[in-house]
Amino acid sequence: MSSTSITPIIPAGKKPKKLITTERVVVYSVLTLCALFFLFPLYIMVITSLKDIEAIRSGNIFVPTMHPTFTAWGKAWNSACTGLYCEGIKVGFWNSVRITGPSVIVSIAVASITGYSLANWPFKFSEVFFTILLVSSFIPYVVMLYPLVLITRWLGIFSTLPAVVLVHTIFGLPILTLLFRNYFSSLPQELFKAARVDGAGYWRIFFQVYAPMSVPIFTVAVILQITGIWNDFLFGVIYAGPTNYPMTVQLNNIVNSVQGGKEYNVDMAATILTGIVPLAIYFFSGKYFVRGIAAGAVKG
Amino acid sequence: MMKANSTPSVSVRGLALSYGAVQVLKALDLDIMDGEFLVLLGPSGCGKSTLLNCVAGLLEPSDGSVFIKGKNVTWEEPKDRGIGMVFQSYALYPQMTVERNLSFGLRVSGLPKEEIEKRVKRVGDMLQLGELLQRKPSALSGGQRQRVAIGRALVREVDVFLFDEPLSNLDAKLRAELRVEIKRLHQRLANTMIYVTHDQIEAMTLADRIAVMKGGTIQQLDAPQTIYNKPKNLYVAGFIGSPSMNFLKGKIEGSGTKAVFHLGNQKIPLNDYTPDAPIKPGAAVLGVRPEHIQIDMAATKATSDAYKAVVDLVEPMGSDSLVWLKIDDTLFSARVESNQHFDVGQKVNVRFRIGLASVFDEATGDRL
Ligand SMILES: Nc1ncnc2c1ncn2[C@@H]1O[C@H](COP(=O)(O)OP(=O)(O)OP(=O)(O)O)[C@@H](O)[C@H]1O
Ligand SMILES: [Mg+2]
Repeated sequence: MSSTSITPIIPAGKKPKKLITTERVVVYSVLTLCALFFLFPLYIMVITSLKDIEAIRSGNIFVPTMHPTFTAWGKAWNSACTGLYCEGIKVGFWNSVRITGPSVIVSIAVASITGYSLANWPFKFSEVFFTILLVSSFIPYVVMLYPLVLITRWLGIFSTLPAVVLVHTIFGLPILTLLFRNYFSSLPQELFKAARVDGAGYWRIFFQVYAPMSVPIFTVAVILQITGIWNDFLFGVIYAGPTNYPMTVQLNNIVNSVQGGKEYNVDMAATILTGIVPLAIYFFSGKYFVRGIAAGAVKG
Repeated sequence: MMKANSTPSVSVRGLALSYGAVQVLKALDLDIMDGEFLVLLGPSGCGKSTLLNCVAGLLEPSDGSVFIKGKNVTWEEPKDRGIGMVFQSYALYPQMTVERNLSFGLRVSGLPKEEIEKRVKRVGDMLQLGELLQRKPSALSGGQRQRVAIGRALVREVDVFLFDEPLSNLDAKLRAELRVEIKRLHQRLANTMIYVTHDQIEAMTLADRIAVMKGGTIQQLDAPQTIYNKPKNLYVAGFIGSPSMNFLKGKIEGSGTKAVFHLGNQKIPLNDYTPDAPIKPGAAVLGVRPEHIQIDMAATKATSDAYKAVVDLVEPMGSDSLVWLKIDDTLFSARVESNQHFDVGQKVNVRFRIGLASVFDEATGDRL
């Protein structure tokens, strides 16, 4: 017997996990099914929009055409008829841009400053104000539709761009203010104090100290607002007036106006064109969105 | 050490602050002399930061006023009070470089560019921030960040500096280093400094005077040695000193120089004691610090001023040991050099250095 005998290795600790477990199979199946459920209609839309009418009539709806063409896309953009005139969905696109741009900017500007005030400059009724804001984010907005018609009419802006921008700003405020207030509250109070000792006032602290630290939350807010406002149909149809109808409303009109045969390819192309903006935003900014949410956006 | 002269630099009069029904500061009066280093010491939640924020103008008091340099500034903005402040969490502007952090306040106040550069350079040299000037705070260590934060207060070139636990987030070694650095700064600049901490060592080493706070009131305001040797009441006595003071409950018989403290069966004469208030018979507490209790090894050689005790427990603390002793049922500790050896159960003689002890009225807790 030697003193250098090797002790046998006895397995210790947990067994290594198997890569394929029942749970994993279930989770991934469900995820795949969900993905298919949402991707399949998109697939149909894309292949249909690339067919010509002949191919749609004769072919199978699930099978892509051998001769893809973008003519339906061109028509949808330039010359599809919305009932009254035939200038395509591009009119709606530019209307949507003109509605979304100002609405996003105004609502975020107002909400961030309101949230900042609530978080850092408490005034006498700030708690009450905050509670009202919280509660109002739960009021179904259908209740507000008609009063807002009256208000915008009284203001003399009903059926104009400012009306729809105003309405989007109002409805965006509760949730956005909440978002900003919580984010600003989560920033260290001592930073705010240090800035005050340095002589910075209300606006300077907001713009020079807080705003540069708040890129994540502004990103979240911009994404929320662009997608929300771009997808809106109801406010557009009620408050914007026919000349300012956003893309969603125009799309509806194109799909519903029938002259001769139904042009499924044009309808599909117009639909994709309408959805492409929010889709692109989610696609390119998903990372920042998650980061912003993680940065305290949804913390109490 | 910088000697404080006698004009108040900061005065607080009847300062009170409540959150709803909770009184955080209770009619507080405080004078801080020109050039003085005052430490506010107290347990968590006693209102130290609140008091400091009221002086800074970051909190509005419910009542009372604040004077800086003789001027009532109770309703002035922080920037107009002539103060600089350093926070526990550093509170540097994360998106600005060190240089811009330092100069932010000066840029806000619209100082000429050359003047800003001059001041930033001087403070940068003073705190050895040279190579760090172009870095963002995220690229600095904790100690460097706090130096920048101190620098940001210094560039303001004001008369009064306020520190709210500036070293609490640092590890022990850095804390000791920065403590020395702050002390040096004070000697060099001779500004008035108000420094909040709950660290006794910081308080003892830095302060010209310490204000011991409890529950929104100042319990005692005195030089560190006075606070240590003659604590005004049981609270201060127990709060200051580590290991903490022994409190022996008993009663006093006789009065004046003939007073005797009865601890169980043993009688301790108080003729060496220098009282703050006349000593009267009644229930009392004898407060003796562990280092003011001496142990005689041999139990047999009992002399008139030694008392019989039994060793209960020994705690070695490195340079010295804490020996827990019992007289009857009263437990107390004595600090001895660690080369002395004691066995549990060993009988020893102890001697109290009454001249350095404190006697408290048991009912009021005040020092007699
Ligand atoms: N906004 C507030 N609302 C209600 N109570 C508060 C508020 N801010 C502070 N307090 C209370 O005031 C008391 C004093 O707080 P303060 O921050 O001055 O304590 P502190 O002595 O600085 O303690 P620490 O050593 O932990 O910093 C605490 O009991 C705290 O709970
Ligand atoms: Mg504090």
